[in-house]
Amino acid sequence: MSQAPRTLEEMRTLLDAGETTSRALVEETLARVQDRDARLNCFVQLRRDALREEAEEADRRRNQGVLRSPLDGLPLAIKDNIVQRGEPAGCASRMLAGYISPFDSTVVERLRAAGALLVGRTNMDEFAMGSSTESSALGPTRNPWDPERSPGGSSGGSAGAVAAGLVPAALGSDTGGSIRQPAAFTGTTGMKPTYGRVSRFGLVAFASSLDQIGPIARTAADCALLLDAISGHDPRDSTCLPEAPLQSRAALDGDVSDLVIGLPRETETARGVQPGILERVGEAVAALEAAGAKLRPVSLPHMRYAIAAYYLVATAEASSNLARFDGARYGHRAADVQSLTEMYERTRAEGFGAEVKRRILLGIYVLSAGYYDAYYRKAQKMRTLLRRDFEAAFQGCDVLLLPTAPEVAFRLGEKAEDPLTMYLSDVYTVAANLAGLPAISVPCGLLEGLPVGLQILGRPLEDSTVLRVADAYQRLSPHHRALPPEWPA
Amino acid sequence: MSRISREEVLRIAHLARIRLSPAEAAGLTQDLESILGYVELLGEVDTSQVPPTAHAIPTATPLRADEPSGELDPEQALANAPARHGTAFAVPQVLGDESEG
Repeated sequence: MSQAPRTLEEMRTLLDAGETTSRALVEETLARVQDRDARLNCFVQLRRDALREEAEEADRRRNQGVLRSPLDGLPLAIKDNIVQRGEPAGCASRMLAGYISPFDSTVVERLRAAGALLVGRTNMDEFAMGSSTESSALGPTRNPWDPERSPGGSSGGSAGAVAAGLVPAALGSDTGGSIRQPAAFTGTTGMKPTYGRVSRFGLVAFASSLDQIGPIARTAADCALLLDAISGHDPRDSTCLPEAPLQSRAALDGDVSDLVIGLPRETETARGVQPGILERVGEAVAALEAAGAKLRPVSLPHMRYAIAAYYLVATAEASSNLARFDGARYGHRAADVQSLTEMYERTRAEGFGAEVKRRILLGIYVLSAGYYDAYYRKAQKMRTLLRRDFEAAFQGCDVLLLPTAPEVAFRLGEKAEDPLTMYLSDVYTVAANLAGLPAISVPCGLLEGLPVGLQILGRPLEDSTVLRVADAYQRLSPHHRALPPEWPA
Repeated sequence: MSRISREEVLRIAHLARIRLSPAEAAGLTQDLESILGYVELLGEVDTSQVPPTAHAIPTATPLRADEPSGELDPEQALANAPARHGTAFAVPQVLGDESEG
C-alpha cells in the first residue's frame, strides 16, 4: 500500500488545505478496492460512476465555500442491510437478489444531505444473522490481518473495508455485537449507540428491540463525527428517541480525571476466554487509571444468562420480522408454483440460507403455544434482571470496561458447523443490546499478531461519555494506529 | 434427553412456511436440541416476581397527525414485484388452496 490509510478528519484536513480533492480521494478508494478486495470481499457493490460525479460536485461546493457539513466530500461505505434509494439492498441474501430500494433510509438521507460520498455496499452475514460474515450468500469476507480468518460479523464487510484502508469509515448495524465484535477482530473502532439514538427507518429489521445502526472507523473521534450526523429524532421510526442530534465530537476533551470506571467481576470468571485477552484489557484499564480515572469493581450477576436470553429474544423477533419475505411483493419468488402455500414454502426454502432458517424456526418455536412462557417470556424477564444489574452498577461508576470478544479473530470455517459455539462468541456484547446501552469497541493491542478489542459501556443516552473515554484512551495509546500486514492480492 | 422431535421441527417449519429437505430437518433437529439445551440455563433463576422487558428504553408510542406523507406511488411500489397484474401484485390462486388456513 503506497499511502497509510487516513481517518476522516485527516482527509478533511488535506481537503481544507487544498492538498487533495474529493475526486482524488474517490479514485484512491476505487484503486484500493481494485487492488485488495477481490481477495477480501468487503464490498458487494460499488457506486463507481455516481460516486465520481458526486465527488466532483463536492469539490465544486468546496471551491465555492458552501460545504454542507464536516463530512462533505468524504468517502463512506454502507452495510448491505441499510437501504439507499435506487440502489440494490441485498442483506447478503438470495432472497433479495435484484431488489432495488425505492426509498432512502434515514441515515443515508442524512449522510447524503451532509455531502458524504457513499462508495458502495458492504458484505455481511445474511440478514445480519451471524458473527463471522460466513453466512453471506455472496461468500465470506476475509480479515485484512489474516485472510484465513474471519473479520467477525455480522458487519464484517464494513469493518474489513475500514481495516484494509479501503474507506476511512462505514456504517454497520449491531443487534448482538455485529458492529463491536468485527471492530475488535479487525483493529477498528466501532460503536453501537443507545437504543433509539439513531433511526432504524430503512434498516432491514432483524430484531427490532435490539437493532441499532452505528459507525465503524479508525478512531473514536471519527465515530463521533459520524454519529453526530446520523443521530436524532425521526418521526418515521416510532422507537427513535425524541432527543436532538448528538454533538459528541465537540465534547471530546481527552479528560477522564472526573470519571469512575466500573470493572465487572464477571468478566474474569466468564468461561472460554482466550488467555491473553484479559491482560490486554487490563493494560488499557491501567492506562486510563494513570490518566486519572478512578477504578471500582462492580457486579453484573446476570451477565452469564445474557446469551441465552439474547438468542431467545432475537430469534423470536426475527421470526416475525422475516415473515415479510414471502415472494409476493418483492425479492425472490420460486418458479412454477401451483398454490400460494407452495409459493411461500419454496420461496423461503430457496431464498434463505441455513442460519436464517435455523433462527426463524427457533423463534417460531419459542413463541409457539405451550413454550411461550418457558422460553420467550422467561428471556424477557431475564432482560429486566440484566437491566437492573446495569442500573445498580452505574450507581457507582460512569462507564464499564470489559473485553469486546472472548477471543481474537477465529479461522474461517472454525465455527461454521456448530451454531451454539458461534453464538457464544457474543458473550460480552449482547448485554448492551438487551439493556439498550451505548457501547464502543476500541483496539487495545495485539495477541498472537491479531487485534484485541476493549469495550466501553455507558448509561443509556450517555453516548458522548462513551466516546469521550474511547477518544481519551486513543490519545494515550497507539493501538488504533496499528496496521495489518501486507498480503499479496 | 430429547427436547424437540423431528416431527415438531417439521411442524414449525410449516408454520414458518419453509420447506425442509429430510437432511435439513435432521440437522435442524440436532441444532435446536443443542440450543434449547443451552438456554435451560435460564431455569437457574427464579423470575416469578420479575416483570418482562420488551424494550430496554421505555417510550410511549408517539402519534402524528393523520395526514398522508412519504408513501410510494403504485409504480414505485410494484417495481420489485415478481409478478403483477395492472396495479396489483399477482400471486397464485388463493381460494381452493387446501393446505392454507
